[in-house]
Amino acid sequence: MKPGALFSIAAVVAVLACVPLVIDSNVVLNFLVTALLLTLAGQGWNVLGGYGGQYSFGHAAFFGTGAYVTAILQMQYGLNAWTAFAAGIVAGAGVGAVIGALTFRSGLRGSYFALVTLAFAEVLRIIASVAPITGAGVGILIKLDPGVRALQFTSRAGFYWFALALVAIALVVTRLIEQTRFGAQLVAVRENEEAARALGVDATRVKLGAITISAAMAAAAGCLYAQYFLFIDAAIAYGPWISVEALLAAIIGGVGTVFGPLLGALVIKTLGEAAKLLTGDVPGLDLVVYGVVLIVVVAFAPRGVAGVVARFRASLVPLATPAREAALHD
Amino acid sequence: MHLSILFPAIVNGVLTGALYALIALGLTLVYGVLHIINFAHGTLLTAALFAAFFMHKMLGVDPYLAVLLLAPAFFAFGYGLQRFVIGPASHGNDGNILLVTLGLAVIIENAMLFAFRADTRTIDVPYGFAVVPFAGMFISVPRLVGFGAAVVVALLMWLLLNLTDTGKAIRAVAKEKLGAQLCGIDVAHVYAMTFGIGTACVAIAACLLIPTYYVNPHVGNAFVLIAFTTVVLGGMGSIPGALLGGLFVGVVESLCGLYLGESLGQIGIFLMFILVLLFRPSGLLGERA
Repeated sequence: MKPGALFSIAAVVAVLACVPLVIDSNVVLNFLVTALLLTLAGQGWNVLGGYGGQYSFGHAAFFGTGAYVTAILQMQYGLNAWTAFAAGIVAGAGVGAVIGALTFRSGLRGSYFALVTLAFAEVLRIIASVAPITGAGVGILIKLDPGVRALQFTSRAGFYWFALALVAIALVVTRLIEQTRFGAQLVAVRENEEAARALGVDATRVKLGAITISAAMAAAAGCLYAQYFLFIDAAIAYGPWISVEALLAAIIGGVGTVFGPLLGALVIKTLGEAAKLLTGDVPGLDLVVYGVVLIVVVAFAPRGVAGVVARFRASLVPLATPAREAALHD
Repeated sequence: MHLSILFPAIVNGVLTGALYALIALGLTLVYGVLHIINFAHGTLLTAALFAAFFMHKMLGVDPYLAVLLLAPAFFAFGYGLQRFVIGPASHGNDGNILLVTLGLAVIIENAMLFAFRADTRTIDVPYGFAVVPFAGMFISVPRLVGFGAAVVVALLMWLLLNLTDTGKAIRAVAKEKLGAQLCGIDVAHVYAMTFGIGTACVAIAACLLIPTYYVNPHVGNAFVLIAFTTVVLGGMGSIPGALLGGLFVGVVESLCGLYLGESLGQIGIFLMFILVLLFRPSGLLGERA
C-alpha cells in the first residue's frame, strides 16, 4: 500500500471525532449519527455499484437482515448486544453471498440485476411482515437498557463515536479494495466484463466477493439502526427507502470514490433537513428534492460531489504548472 | 379445492391480468425500442389514476370518457419526459437511464404525496358494482370492460407497429438504431414517441382501473413489480408476450391469494419473477436475453 493512502481517512475521521467535543447539541449529533448510518449503507452500495458497476435497487435486503438479526437475537434469544450486532453483519453478508451466487451465476447484469435485487428485498419484506419471529406487522422493540454493555450508550456522543468507528472501518476497507488486486479486477469487470474474463479474471467470483462485502456494510447500517432507534418493522427494515437512499448517497457523493458516500450522505441529510424546515412536517418534499438532485447529478456531474471537488482543485493547479512543466522539461 | 371456488378465482385472475397486460404493454414497448427499464412506469400509473380521480371528482367526467383526454395528455407528457429529461440527462448510458427513471419515480411519487397526502381515495360510479351472470357466477362489469379494452388496445398497438410509418420507424430503431438514423429516421423523436405511447397505455389502464380500484400516492408501486414480472415472463419487448404474461400473472396472483391469504399471496408473483429471471431470463416468448 502506498504511504499516505490511509492518511486522508485518518484525518477526516479525526476531525469528525472532535465534533462532540466542540458541539454539545443533541440535534446536531442526531443529524450526524443518521448521516453516518447512511454513509455505511451508501459505502456498501458503492463497493458493489461504484467499483463493481452492479447497480442494486435492493440493498434493503441486507440492511433489513442486519437489523432483524440484531433485534431478534437480543429479544428472543437473550444474546448480548455486541454478539448480536456481529451476528447481524455476518447474516447480512450471508444474504448478500446467496443473492450474489444466484444472480451472478445466472449471468444477470444491468437492469436485470437491479430488478432482481429489488424483488429479493420485496420478498423479504413480505415474509417479515407476516412471520411470527419478526413480530409480523407489529415489529420488534428492543428493550431500553442504557450502557455500553447493551450497546446503548448513555450519551449521544458515545453512540456517535461508535458509528464513526464503523464508518472508519468501512472507509479503510474501501481503500484496501481500491489498492489491491481484487479491487483492480473489480474495476476491470465494471469497465468491460468480457475483456476482464478474457484476461483471466474470474468475474463471477470477483462480483461475489464485492456483493458480500457490500452486504456486510449495509447490514452494519441496519444493526446500527436497530440499536439506535430500538425499533424496527418490515417497512423500515426491508422498505425501499433505504435501497434508494444508499444509492443516492453513493451517486450524489461520487461513485467509485472512498469518500463519496460520506459526502453524499451529508449532502442528502442536509437537503432533507432544509426541505423539512421549509415545509414543516408535510412528508414528500425531501424526497422530491433527492430525486431532482439525483437527476441533476447524473446529468451534469457524473462523478458526484467528489468529482466537482476534484475539478475545483484541478482548476487551482494552473498556478503551479509553470514550475511543474519546468521540472518535466529538465 | 372445490371447483366452484377455483373457477371464479381463475376468471377473476384473467380479468385482472388483462389490466396487468395493458400496463405491461407500455413497459415492454419502451424496453423493446429504447432497451431501458422504465422505473417511473408505476408512478406514471399513479399520476394517471389521480388525474382520472380528479376529473371525476371535480368535473364529473366519467372515467371511461376521461380516456379520450388523458390518453393524449399522458402521451404528450411521456413524449416530453423522454425528449427533454431522460434522453438529455442520461447521455445514452444504460446505468444513467436506470438512475434517471428511478429519480423521476421518486419525484413523481413524492410530489403526489406532498400534494394529496397519503389518503386513499375511491370514486363512485353507478356501474361500479354492476355484474353479469356467467356460467353460474357473477362477473363485475367494469372489470369485463377493462378486459375488453386491454385486448382492443393491444390490437391497436399491433396495427400501429405493423401498418403505419411511425410503427415502421419504431421497429427500425428497435432493430438497428444506427442504421435507422442513416436512413433519415429521427431517433430522438422515435424514442420520445415510443415513451409517449407507453405512457398513454398507462393512462388508459388507469381509467379502466379507477372504477373498481383506489388511488393513493404509493399505489403504483404495487404494480411496478407486477408489470416487470409480466414483461419478463412474456419476454422483454414482446407484445403477445406481455398479453399472455399479464393473464398468467393475474391467475397466479388470484390463486396464491386463494391458497396463501391476501398478504402472503403477493409473494407468488415475486418468487415467479425471481425464478424466471434466474432460469429463463429471455421469458417464455422472448427472442433473446
